[in-house]
Amino acid sequence: MVDVPLGSTGVVAAPDVEDVELYHPHSWVTKYVFSQDAKIIAIQYAFVALSVGLVALVLSWLMRLQLGFPGVFTFIDANAYYQFITMHGMMMVVYVLTALFLGGFGNYLIPLMIGARDMVFPYVNMLSFWIYLLAVLILVASFFAPGGPTGAGWTLYPPQAITSGTPGGQDWGIIMMLVSLMVFIIGFTMGGLNYVVTVLQARARGMTLMRMPLTVWGIFTASFMALLAFPALFVGAVMMLFDRALGTSFFMPAIVEMGQPLDRNGGSPLLFQHLFWFFGHPEVYIVALPAFGIVSDLISTHARRNIFGYRMMVWALLAIGALSFVVWAHHMYVSGMNPYFGFFFATTTLIIAIPTAIKVYNWILTLWRGDIHLTIPMLFALAFIVTFVNGGLTGLFLGNVVVDVPLSDTMFVVAHFHMVMGVAPILVIFGAIYHWYPKVTGRMLNDGLGKLHFWVTFLGAYAIFFPMHYLGLMGIPRRYHDIADMAFVPPSAHTLNAFITIMALIVGAIQLVFVFNLFWSLRHGREAGGNPWRATTLEWQTPETPPPHGNWGRHLPVVYRWAYDYSVPGADQDFIAQNQPWPTRTSGAGHG
Amino acid sequence: MGSILFFLSILAILATWWLSRQGLASKPWLEQGETAVLPGLPVQSTHPATIGLRVLLAVIGSFFALFISAYVMRMQLPDWRTLPLPPILWLNTAMLALSSIALHGATVAVRRGERTELKASLIAAGIAALAFLSGQLVAWQQLVGEGYRLTANPANDFFYILTGAHGLHLLGGLVALARTTEKVWRVPATEQLLLPVELCATYWHFLLILWLVLLSIWTGWAGEFVDICRQLLT
Repeated sequence: MVDVPLGSTGVVAAPDVEDVELYHPHSWVTKYVFSQDAKIIAIQYAFVALSVGLVALVLSWLMRLQLGFPGVFTFIDANAYYQFITMHGMMMVVYVLTALFLGGFGNYLIPLMIGARDMVFPYVNMLSFWIYLLAVLILVASFFAPGGPTGAGWTLYPPQAITSGTPGGQDWGIIMMLVSLMVFIIGFTMGGLNYVVTVLQARARGMTLMRMPLTVWGIFTASFMALLAFPALFVGAVMMLFDRALGTSFFMPAIVEMGQPLDRNGGSPLLFQHLFWFFGHPEVYIVALPAFGIVSDLISTHARRNIFGYRMMVWALLAIGALSFVVWAHHMYVSGMNPYFGFFFATTTLIIAIPTAIKVYNWILTLWRGDIHLTIPMLFALAFIVTFVNGGLTGLFLGNVVVDVPLSDTMFVVAHFHMVMGVAPILVIFGAIYHWYPKVTGRMLNDGLGKLHFWVTFLGAYAIFFPMHYLGLMGIPRRYHDIADMAFVPPSAHTLNAFITIMALIVGAIQLVFVFNLFWSLRHGREAGGNPWRATTLEWQTPETPPPHGNWGRHLPVVYRWAYDYSVPGADQDFIAQNQPWPTRTSGAGHG
Repeated sequence: MGSILFFLSILAILATWWLSRQGLASKPWLEQGETAVLPGLPVQSTHPATIGLRVLLAVIGSFFALFISAYVMRMQLPDWRTLPLPPILWLNTAMLALSSIALHGATVAVRRGERTELKASLIAAGIAALAFLSGQLVAWQQLVGEGYRLTANPANDFFYILTGAHGLHLLGGLVALARTTEKVWRVPATEQLLLPVELCATYWHFLLILWLVLLSIWTGWAGEFVDICRQLLT
């Protein structure tokens, strides 16, 4: 890797660009704790989200121990098992993936990649993080509340979520979960406003929308979707909180609990499902779109090739974002609905496969005849494509009503969504951390440890989730604490379950290597220089690494080209930075 | 889920219209060199806060559209008993409208640089908004007095939650309005007041429209309107 001498890229004085008024931190506390600098906020978000991720990982171990070796770990009773799966799911989906992609990568990359000094509302941005932290604390506190956390499943379906048979249903668990989610949404809205408005308003001179890196496009579209979709969860949470705390009947039908009729009637559990999935399905893409964007940039940079079909990539992101709002009921095929609705939602679900497939083809065509460097970010990006295609294809199965009905509530579904929105985005997060860590810290992550982390994680995750499809096809149900006594379950299924558990333990343990690498490389990593990957995008062209407060020194960058000028014929280097005015070409040969 | 889809369709149309002007069909890999260095960028004359408020209003709109969707779905179940609207709501509506009109007056005043009128309109808007909120509390009391308690029927629950949520949003607005009003006394340059006054006015108009939508649902006018549209279409 060759360092690019600073100053070789032309940071042109741009006196006519209105500069933003920067806040200036005066003390250690305002600089590193209550910081309004998006980069610090990003690190805070990432640190908290990764910590929550480790907790959720341990929870997955515990539930896998029960499934793999039923009866051995007696402290995992049915209640504890349900609490583990619920908290694992909710933590991973909302508090890890959403927070990490938007709060972490969004905060770090948006201002740097579009050539801004900071977010447009830095104070609100800071509040966003602290409110997120509060939400996390409320969630974690529910472990210590009377009755423990809720065990309602991450979908929190009523009526069971708030009845006494479910852990936390009549204790503190469900209340703390709902309050935590509401707090999270308020915090996210503050952050989301920042991400969207910064992209709209704070782009550097010359940075048209169509010159933005796809990472920014992905985060931008996902933020917008999240702003519109999270209110659905908020509304559902408010109504369920009323049902639980004040005794209303929004979702509670007439119901008999432990032989006693409850003082509820007329409510509709289906109503909650509609609200939940109106949030829940876009949520899949809120996680996926930033991953799509990031992976496009990783592939282009590490294959030294311009992204294939940039326009199509942007259009596909927008199309997926829009379509994801009209597919929610495909999560409810077995909940009972008009067959015409089922047909409608199956159709829209399958249509989403088209823009998604376009993206996959474009990634592959970007790799085609590229100068592929098997760096660790690239390995993770390639692994993402494989995993995502795998998970996406089973999505086509489940999107069809007739296939979904028998597979619903089996391990097949668990395998599908872990592949497509669990493992795939996590692989991108790892790739992205290996890719941008040098910019954040000025040092490279250790390569050997990285390779070990990659191979064990990728192969291990496959070993966990690929066999799970077979369990599902056999009819092994999900959400069951103990399947030992089921007559139709063959011994091979138990062996497979034990195997999956062992793999889960290994994959979980190897994450400690990654955590070690993160801390070890802070001091001992190789010095990275400003642009170790020889990348074109603006964040690699900052005058200093790590970028100081205000990012750009005295002058904001000016953008002269798109983000993917790799291996341009006739250029003296195999990349041309976005803020580099020369060389100018008159033809677009070799591009497209 | 009709109302949220309707709301999102409007947003989608606006977004498509906006995106269509952003050169999404351009070929960025061909556009470079001195001539194309700074391709006719639209001048970013709008303040970020204005855009921020618009996005926030989209979020709030989505929140209420979802509540209305839930309302309509819950309404169709047999235990629904519509509650009578307390007449004081009409007075409250007038108060909110007055508040909105006063803020419109404030934007006119701030553009003309008339500080006395600006102060008067801001204070009038604040008082009218407080009158609206007090009126809402009176409406709650009257309903409770007549036996329309929370938990008695989902129609009541929705009424309390929606009026409560709308009131909380107005309360948040009042904080911003108070800060703006305080600024009028503190800041000598009138042009610095233009943005906050305009933001308050936009927010107030939005809350007024939102209130009218809620009112049209409770009175049943919205339902009738939808029925008429449906008949026209079929």
